[in-house]
Amino acid sequence: MAIVKPKVDAVIVGMGWTGAIMAKELTDAGLRVVALERGPDRDTQPDFAYPRVADELEGSIHRKFLQSLAKETVTVRHSIKDTAVPYRQMGSFKPGTGVGGAGTHWSGCHFRALREDLNLRSNMKQRYGAKFIPEGMTIADFPVTYDDLEPHFDHFEYVCGTSGKAGVLNGVKIPGGNPFEASRSREFPLPPNRNYLGAELFYKAAREMGYSAYPIPASNASAAYVNPYGCQMGPCNFCGFCSDYGCLNYSKASPNDSILPVLRLRKEFELRTHAQVLKVNLDSTLNRATGVTYLDADGKETEQPADLVLLCAFSLFNVHLMLLSGIGKPYDPVADTGTVGRNYSYQNLNRVTLFFDESVQANGFIGIGGGGATFDDLNGNQLDNAKAGFVGGGVIWARQPGAGPIRGITTAPGVPNWGSAWKQGVKDAFRHSFYYEVQGACMSYRDHYLDLDPTYRDAFGRPLLRMTFDWNDNEIRASQFLVGKALDMCKVLNPKALSGDAKKTGEHYNITRYQSTHTCGGAVMGSDPKTSALNRYLQSWDVPNVFAPGANAFPQNNGYNPTGMVGALTYWAATAIREQYIKSPGALIHT
Amino acid sequence: MSDDKAPSPSRRQLFKSLSLVPIAAAGLAACAREADKPTDLSASQGDYTPAFFNAAEWAFIRAACDQLIPADNIGPSASQAGAPEFIDRHMQTPYASGDIWYMQGPFIEAAPQFGYQGRLPVRDILRVGIKGIDAHCAKQFSGKSFAQLEHKDQEELLKSAETGKLELENISAKEFFSQLLNETRMGYFCDPKHGGNKNMAAWKMIGYPGMRADYSAWVEVRDQPYPLPPVDLAGKRG
Repeated sequence: MAIVKPKVDAVIVGMGWTGAIMAKELTDAGLRVVALERGPDRDTQPDFAYPRVADELEGSIHRKFLQSLAKETVTVRHSIKDTAVPYRQMGSFKPGTGVGGAGTHWSGCHFRALREDLNLRSNMKQRYGAKFIPEGMTIADFPVTYDDLEPHFDHFEYVCGTSGKAGVLNGVKIPGGNPFEASRSREFPLPPNRNYLGAELFYKAAREMGYSAYPIPASNASAAYVNPYGCQMGPCNFCGFCSDYGCLNYSKASPNDSILPVLRLRKEFELRTHAQVLKVNLDSTLNRATGVTYLDADGKETEQPADLVLLCAFSLFNVHLMLLSGIGKPYDPVADTGTVGRNYSYQNLNRVTLFFDESVQANGFIGIGGGGATFDDLNGNQLDNAKAGFVGGGVIWARQPGAGPIRGITTAPGVPNWGSAWKQGVKDAFRHSFYYEVQGACMSYRDHYLDLDPTYRDAFGRPLLRMTFDWNDNEIRASQFLVGKALDMCKVLNPKALSGDAKKTGEHYNITRYQSTHTCGGAVMGSDPKTSALNRYLQSWDVPNVFAPGANAFPQNNGYNPTGMVGALTYWAATAIREQYIKSPGALIHT
Repeated sequence: MSDDKAPSPSRRQLFKSLSLVPIAAAGLAACAREADKPTDLSASQGDYTPAFFNAAEWAFIRAACDQLIPADNIGPSASQAGAPEFIDRHMQTPYASGDIWYMQGPFIEAAPQFGYQGRLPVRDILRVGIKGIDAHCAKQFSGKSFAQLEHKDQEELLKSAETGKLELENISAKEFFSQLLNETRMGYFCDPKHGGNKNMAAWKMIGYPGMRADYSAWVEVRDQPYPLPPVDLAGKRG
């Protein structure tokens, strides 16, 4: 018999960015909130304290801040006719665990969406006609506009102390920023970070190619800062332990340093760690959630009744919980029915590395996760998709989150993997190379989706989530086009050697190589309950007291990193809950 | 690192007595390259007693590591840097017994894009692979183990494991090689607290400053190399 806890107003599953934002907003509104986090509690002190956190073996090999795949993972297959096999070792993407979630070990790139990213389908139709969108590509407009989200993009940047330079401020172009961005209502809270060598040279190469480079908006503070909640941040000292690590310096914004210091003091907020949520409980109508069932730290099955259930797990596991709990109808790609699992997409990441001689001090060990430079000349409406031959754009950037020898040293083409020639190769490359990356959009397709695996189970006896995904021709063409542009740009800098990895025609998705943690979709927001799991407020169409904020809501992924958009959507949903739902619980959009 | 998987006293005794022959053999082999050894010998592995590997496995690890990262005028060899000690200690951590890997079956064959789909954790991949290679050597080289082969034969064998040309019983030679290479590189480059990278010699070789953790004064310096030597997690300066 499960332990039953006293009922609360809202239960939150997961204490990453979305969970922390929801907890802050809902306790602001006077709700009593319990948050259930599957992993341990984490705070800058002692968990990210120097020097211990800067241990590459623990951070990047033992994966101390990532979820243990022994407990929960996914299975993956390339097509609907294949048998999926488990994602057994961490590779392609890195879900976090513990308080802070992936918001602890992220890098800090903090973009807004472009205006046209939010109405991709109608924009493509308008620019090139409906036939330009290939058969089977299921891209859709977001059911929100840039103007809906602008105040929330803005607020999240101020919470994070995002460092950058506005390109368009209240409709006026400002030198130094992104001239193609949608208008901002305020300048960034902090000025851009300083440039390491690779970023400095990026500006030079971009200028020669005629691109308008600008500083990547980085939630890595360029100066001391106090956010609107009173949380303090210190200037980033370029320590080189960003991606994979918690920030030792209160510089990289995270739920841990930017929101939780306030939440932890609130008596309306209770955080339970090592609390593994197994499912959302529904009443007999299946249209109302009564709370969640979880295993407590001791492994005892526990029920937490609540009026409101916020699914704030990592995008994949939000979808998993919805499928396991019977929230909405599972997607069936053959019949083209159902919504949960539909429109899974990813990110099209490709890297080119530039090698120089020893007079060039690239110093890859100097690192800042979100800093660097990029441009939007090949993204959004700047790109002529018909000419380029694919849907969706992308960015090319210089980023240097910090290199260390355990994380791997990329050697120049022709260097073997071992022996004296390898030693010479790593010695030559380590301080004298840097890389640029192409981050391309990834479209959604009828046969790319998430469902429950028929064979494999997690440590709690539940079916694993199954991912059916592969590179489509559209994404391969995008990769080849954008990497080609990146290589042209690199040649301006005259490196001694150059290596690049555009996807080859027919290339299949490889789960063993880290590419990106930007797994998107599966429980998407939309205006039609037949093709979306969530309405425009990230509320389940089927079970209106369940909200599922996260990248799971993206109908497809654009060329930017998702966190800025995820934060803005969460504030947007929280505002709808505070201003509409609490007064009158129920569906916010009537069908 | 966890100690609970240490061998029983009797096993310890057993391989102390066995260890003489193969280690001496490996030592002899290493002598061929002593001449151009660039760093001091204080980092040599003679005084470390393995707690995970048995004598035959230890001889293999020492010999293979030094093929992968040989001594030369660029920097120390893997064993000079303590990589074998690292590997022996690393095999005793939860990581090496599959703590963060999904280890449930069924174990079915899949395309290489899906990674290792077998049922062995790292420590058993190494053990089964070493046994397989030594068995192959015994057949091909009249009873000799890998550690007893000429350098050239060792190198050829590792190359054929790397490409997957070598066929071993119970394990993919390619998978074994890839884990062995990863472990060797980790032992070479890890923080010295984990047993490898003695005296931060591998960091000095590539110019990695270790855990200095503050480069704010150096972000925009272009005209001179970063000047400071490495510092490790214990605060020692190299």
